Amino acid sequence: MRAALALLGHELRLAFRAGGEMAQGLIFFLLALSLFPLGVGPGPVILERIGVGLIWVLALFSVTLTLERLYAADARDGTLDLLGVSGLAFEWVALIKALAHWLTSGLVLVAFSPLVVLLLGLPSEAFLAVPVVLLIGTPTLTLIGGIGAALLVHSRRGGLLLALIVLPLQIPVLIFGVSAIEGWVSGLGASGQLMILGAFLLGTAALAPFATAAALRLALE
Amino acid sequence: MHRYANPLRFQRLADAAFPYILTLAVVLTVVGLWGGLVMAPPDYQQGDAFRIMYVHVPTAWLALFVYLTLAIAAVSSIVWRHPLAEIYGRAAAPAGAVFCFLALVTGAIWGKPMWGTWWVWDARLTSMLILFFLYLGYSALYDAFDDPARGAKAAAIVALVGSVNLPIIKFSVDWWNTLHQPASVFRLDGPTIHYSMLWPLLVMAVAMKLYFLAVVILRTRAALTERKITNLRLTAETAGE
Repeated sequence: MRAALALLGHELRLAFRAGGEMAQGLIFFLLALSLFPLGVGPGPVILERIGVGLIWVLALFSVTLTLERLYAADARDGTLDLLGVSGLAFEWVALIKALAHWLTSGLVLVAFSPLVVLLLGLPSEAFLAVPVVLLIGTPTLTLIGGIGAALLVHSRRGGLLLALIVLPLQIPVLIFGVSAIEGWVSGLGASGQLMILGAFLLGTAALAPFATAAALRLALE
Repeated sequence: MHRYANPLRFQRLADAAFPYILTLAVVLTVVGLWGGLVMAPPDYQQGDAFRIMYVHVPTAWLALFVYLTLAIAAVSSIVWRHPLAEIYGRAAAPAGAVFCFLALVTGAIWGKPMWGTWWVWDARLTSMLILFFLYLGYSALYDAFDDPARGAKAAAIVALVGSVNLPIIKFSVDWWNTLHQPASVFRLDGPTIHYSMLWPLLVMAVAMKLYFLAVVILRTRAALTERKITNLRLTAETAGE
């Protein structure tokens, strides 16, 4: 337990001290978002129609792209070797690293999502719906993405291959995430979708660390 | 299964079986195509256009089947370190991707006269497209490492994760589709199929499976030979020093 907390603290300190790293996902998200009005036109009708889908697609991209160096950096400077002999099982390492990454990427998106709702001109219910649904959905993205990040530690190729491996696996979150927000905003109710998103989160939290740990052991071979 | 963990034993068996498998695949393809394109009556709704089914359906079945075998191979390579299971992945994945691609293309060609459009975001088409991406990811990961053994193991992990996730993706896409497109889409599985149309389909399915088997044997043999050459080169180089 102490080792786990120490690792979490270490990860968070690293993220805060290299402050740019933390903001990167958010900046990418906002930049990519601002490209869409330029591409499809600034009309509020279109933006309101595609807004929710846009938020989720960009969340997938921004989480996946920031995951690229999650384990590769550790492997390069030897941290991964130390973790290997630390006595902390790699399954825990995977879970804690995912938590730390989510706190510094997914949660930042959640915090700034009301601003995005404002920019896209979504209905006022979305000010609550978008952050809540993102809060339940984005950790799943990090957990799934962590598997890909761990697999690619010693590979010759990076970001795009990570996206190719991880994005198809994240599609269920996208589908139910969009549907939950739309159901909530339209008044049809979203409890079913929220429960499924919760199930995805619990399922991946239970299973993904094992796949990630297998990939990390492979990286140390 | 472990009897065939030995590549030499596998190779002897594969060499013996290969001509029969290939011959049978060719014969059954001819029979199936003749049955499908000549013998079967035209469909009362679709006319002759339905005949592309005899390519489309077997390739779609195979695309799913091959992913299943990849997952099984992944388990045996992770759990038992079965050496042939790793080679199998590299041998079978491109074939699976091609079957998936063919199913998509023949589906589009079929869709044009039937639906009036090349592509609809129907649940099956969308799932198939995602499966295609899963194949591409698997193969790309396999080749992304300097050390092929590492690539094989990484790809096995991703195949396993994919096989757990695939039913969830399928379920999500079906659900998404019914939500967005209420039964306006033309249904492929309409009335039950008549025997005269069915038997060529089954023959074609078996023929394609045999063809797939032949391709896998060829590619596995090539991979084993390649490995042998690399090893010989390495020993020659170390002996030269």
